[in-house]
Amino acid sequence: MKEILRWPAAELAQKINRREIKAKEAVSAYLEQLYALEPELNSFVTVDEEGAYAQAGRIDELTQSGKNAGPLAGVPVAVKDNLCTRGLRTTCASRMLEDFVPFYEAGAVERLRAAGAIILGKTNMDEFAMGSTSETSAFGPVKNPWDISRVPGGSSGGSCCAVAAAQSLCALGSDTGGSIRQPASYCGVVGLKPTYGTVSRWGLVAYASSLDQIGPIARNVEDCALLLEVISGGDKRDSTCLDRRDVDFGRAFARTSASPQTSPQTSSQASLQACPEDVRGLRIGIVRDYFDEGLDGEVAAAVRRAAQQLRDQGALVEEVDLSLVSYAIPAYYTIACAEASSNLARFDGVKYGYRAGAEKGLHPMYRRTRTEGFGTEVKRRIVLGSFVLSSGYYEAYYEKALRVKAMIVAAFDKAFSRFDLLLGPVAPTTAPLLGQTGDDPLKMYLGDIYTVSVNLAGLPAISLPCGLDSRGLPIGVQLVGPRFGEKTILQAARAYEKACGGFALSPMTERAEKKGGMKV
Amino acid sequence: MTRQYETVIGLEVHIELATRTKIFCGCSTAFGGAPNTHVCPVCAGMPGSLPVLNRQVVEYAMAVGLATDCRISRLCRFDRKNYFYPDNPQNYQISQLYLPICRSGHIDIETPEGIKSIGIHEIHMEEDAGKLTHDDWAGETNVDFNRSGVPLIEVVSEPDMRSADEVIAYLEKLRLIAQYLGASDCKLQEGSMRADVNLSVRPLGSDSLGTRTEMKNLNSFKAITRAVENERARQIEILESGGTVVQETRRWDDNKERSYPMRSKEDAKDYRYFPEPDLPPVEISGEWIEKVKKKQPELRDEKKKRYESQYGLPSYDADILTSDKRLADLFEETLEYCKNPKKVSNWLMVETIRLAREHGIGIDQVDFSPENLGKLITLQETGRINGTVAKEIFAVIFTDDVDPEKYVEEHGLAAVTDEAALRDAVRQAVEANPQSVADYLAGKKKAMGFLVGQTMRSMGGKADPALVNRLVGEALAQKAAAYSSFCR
Ligand SMILES: [Zn+2]
Repeated sequence: MKEILRWPAAELAQKINRREIKAKEAVSAYLEQLYALEPELNSFVTVDEEGAYAQAGRIDELTQSGKNAGPLAGVPVAVKDNLCTRGLRTTCASRMLEDFVPFYEAGAVERLRAAGAIILGKTNMDEFAMGSTSETSAFGPVKNPWDISRVPGGSSGGSCCAVAAAQSLCALGSDTGGSIRQPASYCGVVGLKPTYGTVSRWGLVAYASSLDQIGPIARNVEDCALLLEVISGGDKRDSTCLDRRDVDFGRAFARTSASPQTSPQTSSQASLQACPEDVRGLRIGIVRDYFDEGLDGEVAAAVRRAAQQLRDQGALVEEVDLSLVSYAIPAYYTIACAEASSNLARFDGVKYGYRAGAEKGLHPMYRRTRTEGFGTEVKRRIVLGSFVLSSGYYEAYYEKALRVKAMIVAAFDKAFSRFDLLLGPVAPTTAPLLGQTGDDPLKMYLGDIYTVSVNLAGLPAISLPCGLDSRGLPIGVQLVGPRFGEKTILQAARAYEKACGGFALSPMTERAEKKGGMKV
Repeated sequence: MTRQYETVIGLEVHIELATRTKIFCGCSTAFGGAPNTHVCPVCAGMPGSLPVLNRQVVEYAMAVGLATDCRISRLCRFDRKNYFYPDNPQNYQISQLYLPICRSGHIDIETPEGIKSIGIHEIHMEEDAGKLTHDDWAGETNVDFNRSGVPLIEVVSEPDMRSADEVIAYLEKLRLIAQYLGASDCKLQEGSMRADVNLSVRPLGSDSLGTRTEMKNLNSFKAITRAVENERARQIEILESGGTVVQETRRWDDNKERSYPMRSKEDAKDYRYFPEPDLPPVEISGEWIEKVKKKQPELRDEKKKRYESQYGLPSYDADILTSDKRLADLFEETLEYCKNPKKVSNWLMVETIRLAREHGIGIDQVDFSPENLGKLITLQETGRINGTVAKEIFAVIFTDDVDPEKYVEEHGLAAVTDEAALRDAVRQAVEANPQSVADYLAGKKKAMGFLVGQTMRSMGGKADPALVNRLVGEALAQKAAAYSSFCR
């Protein structure tokens, strides 16, 4: 792999701002890698070579005139294809939006561009973010760069795959029930789901509005924090977006400028501020309920080793019961599908997107458009969601799910009165083989068991690589924080990463160079 | 008819609010405009767009609620009403089901039996839909989203009305409230106020409610009256012939003066309501309610009382002037330019209403500058023009809003106040009509009017009638003096 591809985001941006290298060089190196691996991985729906070079040109002009081009100057970012990009096709990996080109831009993408980032393209995903394998895409499945016979996870599979294969330096994903964290764990990268309301949802094509949250995907914790800082902050166009003042996540690592802490005041706070990578005294709860018979033995062992590692570094690690774990999946699918059934109603063939031709009459047109435009999993969730909202069932399902959600919030509150962070697995297994999950949706839904309750409670959580299983597949460990606890999460994550000696990219990245970058 | 029946009526009234921008985006609510020019990603239902609540909508809804004695919810929330129709870009409408902004109010109406209180069940906020236009020639239907997202409130009454008269009295009162608050212009024809009538009948004396129907497409008070009477008769006829009324929505055709079923309960839509996840609940603080209360303008009843006490207007005048917000506004604005309330009242009550009727327009469409009416009254009061000329000029002000001072000058309409010239004209009239003088001297006082008329005519109608009257009187007095001395 080329040297330029090895630099972390902050370093690359610094070299570009100092005119040591040009943004155009970074773009061409990444595009070369992207194109070389794309035939095997299928992680992109659209590559915006022209747009990327144009933005790189602007960055280089800025730096040439002596200006700072931003904290992400020339940093290539891949954007999940459910985030609207002005003038660039946004498909949600659905036939329904195959040719949809938005004339407006997602808030998070605006912020990326303003920080100097370069959008390389739009990444493949499960259709409308509904799925856990990135196989429900209308544009073919994404492959896992660690083993291309396996799935990368989902729904942000393309984004995580692109980062793990160094097709992009970092990426944006969206997480509704684990859609950033689970593919991050399958692909061995760092993925963070922020507190609900931290990143504007303006321009994110909604799956489940009350659970969706955009988050960063990166190779390492520092890049992840830097990206999170750039995309966070208030946006008047999203009424659920909070005007957080404590979003200086990237600076949290700068030893000299200790940032003021807004996360819960704990005894460990002082030492964290003094040395942000120090976890001494940090109270970490291992969620006992997660280590059940459904959890793969190798995954369980790796997660426990990660906990031990943090304990060795001085964290106070204890077991905790979260309870309600078995209710999280039904509550999540009830709420998410109910909202999805309404959010996806707008795709009707009238205004934009796919329309079935040659139909006389409104209702036949609606029916055929939606039958042909949506894939099976999307239709399954729309039907499920419409059902739980129907009169006579609303109280039995939707209302009950809302009560479960409230109880899960309370259970987390209780846990965070004793702990600064909770630790557990991200997914029950490592990446499954392609084509194994589709015919058993229930099995797929159960795979979200360790991630969905975080979305129901609106909490921040990160997925970190914590080793490989005997087949050489990455395993992820999850750290969950209280509301607004991103800094604590990032600091513990950084400490763990340092103790591990950093995280490895997929072996494929090395193979690519041997083959030589081949443009397709 | 063997039994006597009572009609039970409840109303659902949609009122379009007069905000400058739409309820969930910054697009203009202005009427007209080429199709789909007042649209953005939000009100066109584009993927990834999100609603942001216009706080003015909340304030208008609160204002109407406070004016109708409603309880204001401290926490209200929006819900999604899901249904597929092309005028609805998201295929759901953002409305309020579970926690509407206002509850439990009332509007008091005057009936022949005295004051009657009509309960208001709730008032909720929601967004309007776009408009479909059918092009039969091309065999197409087009959709215009300019109206999509225009803010509405729906005022749901209790089933407290018993006749068409009570319905109209309720609607008139509600319309005046909304107009006085500036919350809406409430034009039925233009659809900024829409009433759906829920009606059932029951044997007189019964406590239980009969099966009701909902009547839609009522575009005027007259249509509402006709529809209420027609539907009452239709339901009684069904019951009398041993049938049962079907619970259904019906559409009124005012040309044919009958209604047609739209959909029955069997295929009633399941709207799958659920809380709108894109909008946090709206917290309404006590301070906010107080702020809106303080801004609450004077409503009709208070205004009426004030016109009587402050301006000394007769109750009859005050009643007519306050019967329409536009008329009351014209009255108060004209007083800025002319300090004679009774005169202003007369011009508005008599001439303005007469001309509006003549031109076939509503009072709310009357559009002239109060300044011009004020100037006109002053011109007349100072004797620069006489009453006849003033009426002529007012007709022109009414249609073209001319400046009366300029108009008088340009058309040479100023009254002749030159006493010497008038005296001359009187002298000529007296000399040319000896018979009238003789009649007058013989005791026929009416003859004086003839001489005044002759003088006015010779002056082209522009003479100051008071002055002419005085001069003719003086001339005749002289003649009388001469006549008596001659007789003696
Ligand atoms: Zn708009």
